[in-house]
Order: sequence, then C-alpha cells, then structure tokens
Amino acid sequence: MRFNASSTPRASWALKIAALGTLLFLHVPMWIIFLYTFTPDERTYTFPLPGFTTKWFAIAFQREDLWEALSLSFRVAAIATVVALVLGTLAASAVYRSKFFGREAISFLLVLPIALPGIVTGIALRTAIGGLDIPFSFWTIIIGHATFCVVVVYNNVLARFRRLHGSQIEASMDLGANSFQTFRHVVMPNLATALLAGGMLAFALSFDEVIVTTFTAGQQSTLPIWIFSQLTRPRDRPVTNVVATFVILITFLPIFFAQRISAQSSDSEGGSK
Amino acid sequence: MLTRISTFLYQRPRLILFLLLGPPMIYMAVVYVGSLFSLLINSFYSIDDFTGLVIGEFTLRTYSQLFTPANREIFLRTASMAAVVTLADVLIAFPLAYYIAKFASPRLKTWLLIAVTVPLWSSYLVRVYAWKLILAKEGILSWFITLLRLDGVLEWLLSFEVIGGSSLALSPIGMFIVFVYIWLPYMIIPIQTALERVPGSLLEASGDLGANPMQTFRNVILPLAFPGVVAGSIFTFSLTLGDFIIPGVLGNSKFFIGQAVYSYQGTAGNIPLAAAMTMGPVVIMIVYLLVARRLGAFDAL
Repeated sequence: MRFNASSTPRASWALKIAALGTLLFLHVPMWIIFLYTFTPDERTYTFPLPGFTTKWFAIAFQREDLWEALSLSFRVAAIATVVALVLGTLAASAVYRSKFFGREAISFLLVLPIALPGIVTGIALRTAIGGLDIPFSFWTIIIGHATFCVVVVYNNVLARFRRLHGSQIEASMDLGANSFQTFRHVVMPNLATALLAGGMLAFALSFDEVIVTTFTAGQQSTLPIWIFSQLTRPRDRPVTNVVATFVILITFLPIFFAQRISAQSSDSEGGSK
Repeated sequence: MLTRISTFLYQRPRLILFLLLGPPMIYMAVVYVGSLFSLLINSFYSIDDFTGLVIGEFTLRTYSQLFTPANREIFLRTASMAAVVTLADVLIAFPLAYYIAKFASPRLKTWLLIAVTVPLWSSYLVRVYAWKLILAKEGILSWFITLLRLDGVLEWLLSFEVIGGSSLALSPIGMFIVFVYIWLPYMIIPIQTALERVPGSLLEASGDLGANPMQTFRNVILPLAFPGVVAGSIFTFSLTLGDFIIPGVLGNSKFFIGQAVYSYQGTAGNIPLAAAMTMGPVVIMIVYLLVARRLGAFDAL
C-alpha cells in the first residue's frame, strides 16, 4: 500500500475471503428454498432430501386461495405504486425547484415510515382507522402501503433531478416551449428511468409487505399474509416452498433492473434506500 | 390555452409550489402524522378492567403498567437482542463494505452493490422462511454440523437457559442468526458509503508518514468509517426493536416488544397499552437518532 500510489492497492486474502463469506451468507439461504421445492417430504424439512419430485408445482398451481392472495397482492401493489409515483414525483419536484422553509422537514417526514419500526406505522394506522370507524378493507391496505412507498419514488426522482441540468429546461423555455411542453419533452424523458426504477422498487416493497398489512387488512389475505400464516402454523409446507420460490423470482427481476438503472446513471446512488 | 395557463403559473412560483407540495404533504400529514398522533393520544387512555372498553380520559395509568417486572424484562430482552445483532452486523458487514469501497474495480463494484441491495429489497418474509428450513432440527444446518462432528458443541450451546432451546429453530440463538442475516444489507451500505468518501490520498499520506497497513486501518480508516457504522446501526437497532415476526416464528414463549404490542392490540384488545408500549421503541429510537446526529451519522446515510 505504501509504494504503489498510482495503482489500486490489492486486498489481502483474508479480506477477500471474509468479503466472499459475507456475500455467500447473504445469498445461499435463498437458494435453499429452491432445493426444497423438489422434496417429496410433506411433514418435515429433512436434509438431505429423501427423494425428488416436481408434483408440488402442479398442486400449488391449483390452489384457489393462493390465486386469490396473489391477485390481491398484485392489485394492492399496483395501486400503491401509482399513488407513490404521483405523490413522490410531486414532492421531489417541489423540493428540487424551490428553496423554502421546512424543506429538510419534508425529507424527514417522508422517510419516517421506513425509519420507524413497521409495527409503529401499523398500529398507528390501525388505531386511527379503527377510531374513525372505517372498515378495514382493500383500500385501507393501500393507504398503509402508500405511506412507505412514496419515499422510494421520491428518493429516486430527486436524485435524478439533481443531475438534470437546469440549462436544458431554460433552453427549452427560451426556444418558446411552455411549462407543459418542457415537462413533456425535456423533463419527462430525463425522469423516465428514475420513475421506472422507483416504481419497480415501490411495487416490490408493497408486494412483500407484511407487518403494516397485518394491521391494516380486514379479512383479506395478501400473499405475504398467506405465507405468514404458514410460518406460524405450517400446514402446507411443500406448497409454501413453491410460493416462496415464486415470490423470490417475481420480486427479483424488478429489483434487479431497478438497481441496474440506478447503478448505470450514477455510481454511488445505487443503494440509497 | 395551455400557454396561458403556463405563463399564469410561471408568474406565481408560490402557487406552483403549493400545487406540487399540497397532495403529498396532505397525504403524509393527514394519514401518517395523524395516525401517529392518534396513537399517542390512545396511549394516554386506559381500559376499563371490567368491561374491557377504552376509557377516553387522560391518564398515566397505562404507562405505569409498562413498568411491571414482566414488561421491563421484555424491554430489556428486546434491547439486548438489538444490541448484539447490531454488533454482529458491524463485524460481518465491514470486510465486504471495505472491499467494495476500496478494492473492487468499478465493474465489480456495480455488481457487488447489486448483490447487496437485491436481498435488501427482496421479500423479508421469504428470507425468514428460508431460515426456518435451514435451522430445523432435521434441516441442512444440523446435517452439516453433524457432518463436522460438532453436534456435541451445538447441544451444549442449546442447553443454556437464556440463549438455548429445543432446537436452533426455536431458540434465541437461531433468532439472533436470522436477525443478523435479515438486516445485514442495511449495515453494509452505509459503511461502504462512508468508506467510499475516504480519499485515497489520506491512506497514502498515512503510509508515507510511516504507518503500516494495520496502523492506517486503525487510526485512519476506522474513525472515518464510524459515522457509517452509526448510520447502519440506526436501521439494525430500530428494525430489531419493532420486529414481531422473527421472534414469533423462531422464538420461544418469551415475548419481544413487537409481539407484546401485537398481542395487546389483538387478542387482549387493549389498544391503550399496545400504544403505550410502542412508545418504548419510539423513544429509544429518538434518543438514538439524536446521539447519532451528534456522531455525524446523517452525512453517511
């Protein structure tokens, strides 16, 4: 490290092994579930697997309750994402374009739902909704999810705004475009991938959420709630394995692409949650 | 027409600001802050012991119930778990964060960051479930431990009353492993961000002045990474304090704060007590955030 000032210093073997170990610790557990989707064993989690079967995929496919839970989760995540996209973009534009009193407070307020433990958000919403005698329904789930999805869109869009050159907007206005045309032809194309990334992350966040949902749902069962009930009282272990694998795959793609988009447009902002 | 509206708005920046900021602020202020406020109010109510109905009068009686020995034990248990989980996460996160920030090539760095953030965003519940498979008595970890002929050590560890249990899947040790695993990405990223900001010239200067790599690490890198560690610990600490799913799935019958809150509001129907109990983590977190701000953690977020 002392002499090769110009080149990157080389990591010691110990550091490389430790880093690799952490990386494996992060990823291997999820692969184990894939393995278990093929177990013929219905009652235990015996390893090594006592055999090999693919029948659980077909069995899970025919479960009505799963399809209902899946469709509910999709609808909730889709609507919560749309709400988050609108509110998050509005807040980000406001914070970007003007300096006003309490600007810092807005970031703080938006980040609060993910900085405080989920149970605080959950029970707060439950007491408020219950206190107003609003029945717990599809819409109360969305109200809960939107509160913590907004910040994801907000962060992504604000980061993009900060890299957008003000001169582009000025040039557009100078060339005679009005605000709406400038927004449509200059701002929007620049924001598009940030919106896509923020939207996909918000979708993944809502699709997986369980803590707030347990407090804001009535009798509805989203897919995470279905999995949660299986965690506490396992009745359909093999089907749960299939569902868990499915959830990993379905959320992996949007997360992966969202991170790629953020990583491409900047080096260090990729992990800003 | 649109041009006229555009010009009209352009001349009134305050109106634009109001139009932009109005909807998100109304939503957050009314729905979120309003809910938090109703939670706070509820914590000053109490419940009628005979009818089980909430009495809407200001009282500190509910808060006094928090200080029963049973509840004190719950707070202590949860906070100690949060503390050891945070410590373990720092130790495990540091090498990877250090490697990403200071040694990885730009291309590799992009991929490693994705490898860290994908688990952060992916399903919390499924990741907990994975460990239920792994830690089961007949599962892969026990199989591996037996293969290494270390099963005696495992049984010895599980025989301790405070941390042990009938199997890894039903013991505080198992819970600890899962907490460490689940919150790990939240620790790696702030440490990596903090280390990223340490200029290479500083490390060279340290070397030029005669420090060996160990000394450079201890006297230059560690102090500069500290704000990142504190920032990460905000997440690991706060998330462990409020979690009720991991203790419920992997714990024994001894409650954590989250479980207590959950059961007070659910089966017991005692919303005031549940509300008062959530104020515990909220107060702990506010104190923690204030200390963290002093230590400069917010620059690393």
